[in-house]
Amino acid sequence: MNLFENVGKFSRFLVLVFSKPEKGKTLFSQIIREIDKLGINSIGIVVIISLFMGAVITLQTAYNMLNPLLPDYLVGYTTRESMLLEFSSTIVGLILAGKVGSNIASEIGSMRVTEQIDALEIMGINSANHLVLPKIIAAIFINPFLYILSVFVGITGGLLAGYLTGTVNLADYIDGIQYAFIPYYITYSLIKTAVFAFIITAIPSFYGYYVKGGALEVGRASTKAVVNSSILILLANVILTQILLK
Amino acid sequence: MITVSNVNKSFADLKVLNDISINFEAGKTNLIIGQSGSGKTVLLKSIIGLHEVDSGSIFYNNRDFTSMNLKGRKEIRKEMGMVFQGGALFDSMSVEENVLFPLDMFSDMSEKEKKDRANFCLNRVNIQNSNHLFPAEISGGMQKRVAIARAIALNPKYLFCDEPNSGLDPVTAILIDNLILEITKEYNMTTIINTHDMNSVMEIGEKIIFISKGNKVWEGSKDEIFDTDNKDLNDFVFASELYKKIKKIS
Ligand SMILES: Nc1ncnc2c1ncn2[C@@H]1O[C@H](COP(=O)(O)OP(=O)(O)O)[C@@H](O)[C@H]1O
Ligand SMILES: [Mg+2]
Repeated sequence: MNLFENVGKFSRFLVLVFSKPEKGKTLFSQIIREIDKLGINSIGIVVIISLFMGAVITLQTAYNMLNPLLPDYLVGYTTRESMLLEFSSTIVGLILAGKVGSNIASEIGSMRVTEQIDALEIMGINSANHLVLPKIIAAIFINPFLYILSVFVGITGGLLAGYLTGTVNLADYIDGIQYAFIPYYITYSLIKTAVFAFIITAIPSFYGYYVKGGALEVGRASTKAVVNSSILILLANVILTQILLK
Repeated sequence: MITVSNVNKSFADLKVLNDISINFEAGKTNLIIGQSGSGKTVLLKSIIGLHEVDSGSIFYNNRDFTSMNLKGRKEIRKEMGMVFQGGALFDSMSVEENVLFPLDMFSDMSEKEKKDRANFCLNRVNIQNSNHLFPAEISGGMQKRVAIARAIALNPKYLFCDEPNSGLDPVTAILIDNLILEITKEYNMTTIINTHDMNSVMEIGEKIIFISKGNKVWEGSKDEIFDTDNKDLNDFVFASELYKKIKKIS
């Protein structure tokens, strides 16, 4: 299937997804469940990668700044800027595209091949709306919190690594993470995070929803979903950066 | 009553349904029989609108389902119950939640009334003490029974079953068949069952429609099957040695 056909199909899918839900009360409880499944369940992985990446950024920066002319606060500053601007939004987005994306594509895909989606339709329920809308809303709501968590954990990771290895002076690091702080960068990253949250949920849902065949095709759809949502995240990253930081 | 009138359906170059017209009667079990791949599932899914037909019409008690928009169809779908081939239970929900689901979505009942209704339906299909198990934790026969309970939760006028006893042992298969027959009588539903199982035909077939390669070849009662001189139907019905013997005796 070519790109344009897919874009058309995806647009029609979104029209179904964003129509009025059958019951508001049901939607609300589903959103809560998805927040737990997609967000709370991802806290572990976000904490682990952020902690280690923060540590590595700090150490790399410290070892590359042996020149005495460079100010000491630069290490903390670099760690903060890396986490804030790029790592906690884009890299965490890519990791979640793998974790959450494959989960969503295989969940919805197996519902398709076992006729659970047909069962919803025959009851008179808009299945795309019922299954996908709660996921999109939940991710757009919870992922910004994951972003903020990642920034804090990353900076802490840098501090711990720098301090424990004796490469960074604690006071300098703390100076650095407060140096030349631009609040708008947080707005910029939160917008990116929300857009990525949409990509991470909508694209895998799309691939899962239109699976034809059996278990093998579900696996294939899940791979495609992860690859394509990752590419879209990178693309959106460039576009949003150009628009928002110009 | 459901009327199918001159329905045609193709997938790309493959013609799957060829000018099919059938009257499915209320209060009866209507059986669509035919070989694997003959078009039974496509016909059933066309009747309920999961496939769009290329031409022809489908009427639910004289209401033209084919020409309706999504909103009109949704109203009629609330009068339908369907038991899918694999059961199609929601595997993220427990047995009880599966049966509660249509009630949650479409009834104005109180929580207690919904629970009572769900338990009534589960009792009706002889499922007790399994409310909190998940579909993966129960046998195939139980899954089919829960699927029936879910399908009848909202008191449907029309019940559809796609190979309800496929993959079940002969004893459980007959139990499921008879359960569907009883429920059909109890609520005077128009029931359509797809099957390729001659045991079902003999057990519960009231009106039988035989399709072969997308054509309706024959229709009649189960007693008439033994006297038919239609070759395709004979080949289908008397494929097994057992039925060849029965034919000789009768
Ligand atoms: N969605 C589809 N796309 C293309 N071909 C299909 C589709 N569904 C069914 N078919 C084809 O239609 C024919 C009838 O299938 P089906 O109705 O499932 O047979 P059965 O009588 O076993 O239920 C088969 O040749 C099948 O390959
Ligand atoms: Mg079939």
